[in-house]
Amino acid sequence: MWYFLALGAALFALGLFGVITRRNTIGILMSLELMFNAANINFVTFNKCIQGGSMAGQLFAVFIVVIAAAEATVGLAIVLLVYRNWRGIGSDHYNVMKW
Amino acid sequence: MTQTAWIIPFLPLLAFTMIVFFLRWKEKVASGFSIAMIVIDWVLSLIILAEALGRHGASYEAKILLTSFKTFNLELGILIDPLTAMMLVIVTTVGSCVQIYSLGYMKDDPRFSRFYAYLSLFLFSMLGLVLANNYFMIFIFWELVGLTSYLLISFWFEKKTAADAGKKAFITTRVGDLGFIVGLMLIAAYCGTFNYQGVFEKAASGTVPVGILTAAAIFIFCGAVGKSAQFPLHVWLPDAMEGPTPVSALIHAATMVAAGVYLVARSMPLFVTSADASMVVASIGLITAFIAASIGLVQNDIKRILAYSTVSQLGYMIMALGLYGYDTANGEHSAGYVAGTLHLMTHACFKGLLFLGAGSVIHAVHTNDIQEMGGLRAKQPRTAMTFMIASLAIAGIFPLSGFWSKDEIVASTAHHPLFFVLTLTIAFMTAFYMWRLCFLTFFGQPRNQHRYDHAHESPGTMTWPLVFLAALSVCAGWVALPWLEHGFSSFVYHGEPHHAEPEYLLMIVSTLVSLSGIGLAWLMYHRKAISADQVAAKFKPIYTLLYNKYYFDELYDLIIVRPIVNLGNKLWSFDANVVDGAVNGTAWLTVVWSDAKQWFDATIVDGAVNGAGWLVRQSAAGLRFLQSGTLQFYALFIAGLVAAIGLYRYFGISYTPTTTGLVTIFFLIGLIVLWYVSRSIWRRSTPAAAAEVEEHSVRVEDK
Repeated sequence: MWYFLALGAALFALGLFGVITRRNTIGILMSLELMFNAANINFVTFNKCIQGGSMAGQLFAVFIVVIAAAEATVGLAIVLLVYRNWRGIGSDHYNVMKW
Repeated sequence: MTQTAWIIPFLPLLAFTMIVFFLRWKEKVASGFSIAMIVIDWVLSLIILAEALGRHGASYEAKILLTSFKTFNLELGILIDPLTAMMLVIVTTVGSCVQIYSLGYMKDDPRFSRFYAYLSLFLFSMLGLVLANNYFMIFIFWELVGLTSYLLISFWFEKKTAADAGKKAFITTRVGDLGFIVGLMLIAAYCGTFNYQGVFEKAASGTVPVGILTAAAIFIFCGAVGKSAQFPLHVWLPDAMEGPTPVSALIHAATMVAAGVYLVARSMPLFVTSADASMVVASIGLITAFIAASIGLVQNDIKRILAYSTVSQLGYMIMALGLYGYDTANGEHSAGYVAGTLHLMTHACFKGLLFLGAGSVIHAVHTNDIQEMGGLRAKQPRTAMTFMIASLAIAGIFPLSGFWSKDEIVASTAHHPLFFVLTLTIAFMTAFYMWRLCFLTFFGQPRNQHRYDHAHESPGTMTWPLVFLAALSVCAGWVALPWLEHGFSSFVYHGEPHHAEPEYLLMIVSTLVSLSGIGLAWLMYHRKAISADQVAAKFKPIYTLLYNKYYFDELYDLIIVRPIVNLGNKLWSFDANVVDGAVNGTAWLTVVWSDAKQWFDATIVDGAVNGAGWLVRQSAAGLRFLQSGTLQFYALFIAGLVAAIGLYRYFGISYTPTTTGLVTIFFLIGLIVLWYVSRSIWRRSTPAAAAEVEEHSVRVEDK
C-alpha cells in the first residue's frame, strides 16, 4: 500500500510542480490531470486497503475521471478563447484579473 | 289675551332679529318696525292689565316642562298677576315713548339701526323677566338685561369713558348676581323647585329652616342690590349716564333698575318669613336713599343728578318693601308693599320723563353741565313745562303722582322713628336738588350765551313722548287715592280688600317738607337770597365729601381695583418670567440637545461608518496586491496553505485558544510576507507595473 501512496504523492507533487512552473496553459491543464490521477490512485488504494467490501472509492475514482474529462473540455475551450484574445496561451499573457 | 301673553316678549325679539339680519341698512324701516312692535306690545299689555283687573287680581300661570332632573323640574312659563300686569304696562309705556323719542334724539347717528336692535333686545329681555314664572327664567332674563345694558351704555364705544362705564356697570352688577346665584342654589336645594308658587308655599309651610330662608332672601336681595344700584354697589349707575339719554331713561331710570325692586316685590312671600332679612333690605334701602340724595345736592351734571335721584328713589322703594316684610313678619300691618310697588310705577313715569326732558335739553345745548345752562324756559317751553311737572311729581306735590306714592312710603315708616325722620329728610333733599336743577336750567339769566343762542325746541318726535309721560306723571298716582274702595292697594293684594285710612297729618307734613325743599332751592338759586357759594364754603368738608360722592369710587379703586390690578400684574410677570421662561427654556434645551445629537451623529455614528469604510479601504489597498492575476501564484499559494495545514496537523498541535491565536498570527504574518514578496517580485519584474502600482495607490488615497 505504501508504494501506491508514494506513487500518488509523487504524481501529485509532479502535477503541482507542473502547475506552478509551466507557462503554457495547456501544460498547466495536463499537470492538473496528473494531480487528479494522483488523487484517483489514492482513492483506489484506500478503497482497496481500508474500506473492505465497499466500492465507494472505486466509484469515486471513475466519477472523477468523468468530471476531469468535462473539466478538461471546458478548460481547453477557455484556452481557445484566450488564444483568440491574446494571440498566445502563456499564463503570463492574460493576467488581466490582477488587483 | 292673557292666555297668549307669551307672545309679548317675542315681538321685540322679532324686531331685533329682523333688524339685525334684514333691516340693518334701512334705518327708517328698522326704527318703524321696532316702534310698531313695542306699540303693539303696549296695547296687548293694556288688554292684559284690563283682564287682570277683571279677574280681581287672581293670577294666571301657564308653563311647559323644559327638562327634569329626577324630582327637580326646570320649566318655562308665564305668570300674570297684578304685579306682572303693572310692570308690563310700565315697561311697554316707557319703552314706546323712548323708542319714538329716539327717532329725534338718535337722528344722524351712524349706528341708528343697531340702537333700535339693542333697544328691542332689551325690551325682549325685560318683558321676559317680568313675565317669568320661576327663578330660573328670571335669572336668564336678568343676565340678558345686564348684557343689553352693557351694550347700550357703551353704545358710543369710541368714547373711552363710555366703554369704561359699560364695563363698570357690567362687572359691578355681576358682583350682585353672584349673590343671586347663591340664593337660587339655596332655594333649589331646600325648596326643590324654582317655581314662584312652589317656593313660596314651601317657605310659608315652615319646613325650611328660618336661617336658610333668611340667607336665601338676603342672597337674592344681593341681585337686586346690583341691578337696582343699591349701596354698596350703587357706583355704576351714575357712570352709566355715559350712554345715550334715551337709554338712561328706559334702562337706567324706569325699567331695568326697577327690576331689582320688582324682584324683591316678587319674592316678598320669602321676605315676610324672615324679619332679619327684611330689616337688612330696609336698612340698605334707607342708606342708599340717603347717600344718593345727599350726593345729588351738589352735582352739576344734569344726568348725574338724575342718576343719583334714581338711586335714591330706588332706595326708597326697597326700604318700603323691606319695612313691609319686617312688619308683616312681626305680625303688624304695613303699607310698605303698596308703597313700594306704587312708587315703582309712578317713578317710572316721572323719572322717564325727567331723563327724556334732560335729553331734550342736552340735545339743544350740547352739554351736561347745568352751570352752563339757564333761562332755557324761553327757548324750550314744552320741555321746560313737562320737566317741571315731573319735578313737582318727584318732589311729591299734591295731587301729582309722586305725592301719593311718597305719602304711602312715609306712611309705611310711621312705626319706625329713625326711618321716618330720615325719609322726610330725603324727601326734603329730593325736592331741593330737583328744583335746584330746574331753576339752574330753565330760569334766570343764560350763563353761557353762546350755548343759549344755539338752543332750540326739540322736534315733535321728542316732545310728544314728553307730553304723554307728563300726563301720566300727573295721573298715575290717582289709581291709589286713599279714598278708593278697590284701588291700587287692593289690586296688588290679589283682590283682597286692603284699604288704609287716609292719614291727613302725614300728607300735610310730607307736603310741607317738600315745599320747604322747593322754597330753599328757590331762595338759593332763583332769588339768590342765600348764596350757594357761601353755604358751600361754610360747610366745606361736607360739601367736598358730597361733591366727591363720599369717595366711593376712590375707595373701591383703593381696596378692590388696585389690588386686583397688582395681582394681575404679578400674575402677568409670573406668566412672562416663569411660565414663558419654562417654555422658552424647554425650547432652548431642545435645541442644545439636538445640536449635541447632531454632533454625535456626524462625528461618532458617521465616523464609525466612515471609519469602517476607511479601514476596509486601507487594508484592501495593501492586500489587493495578493491578487496578482497569475495562476501559478495562486496555485503556489494554495499548495503552500495546504502544506501548512498538513504540517500543522502532522505535528498534532491541539486546538486551544492560545495555539489557535498563535497560528492565526503566524498565518497573518505569512500573508503579509507573501504580499511583500509578491509585490517586490512584481516591481522587479516589470518597472512599468511598479509605476502603475504607485499611481494606483495615489489615486486610491485621493479618493
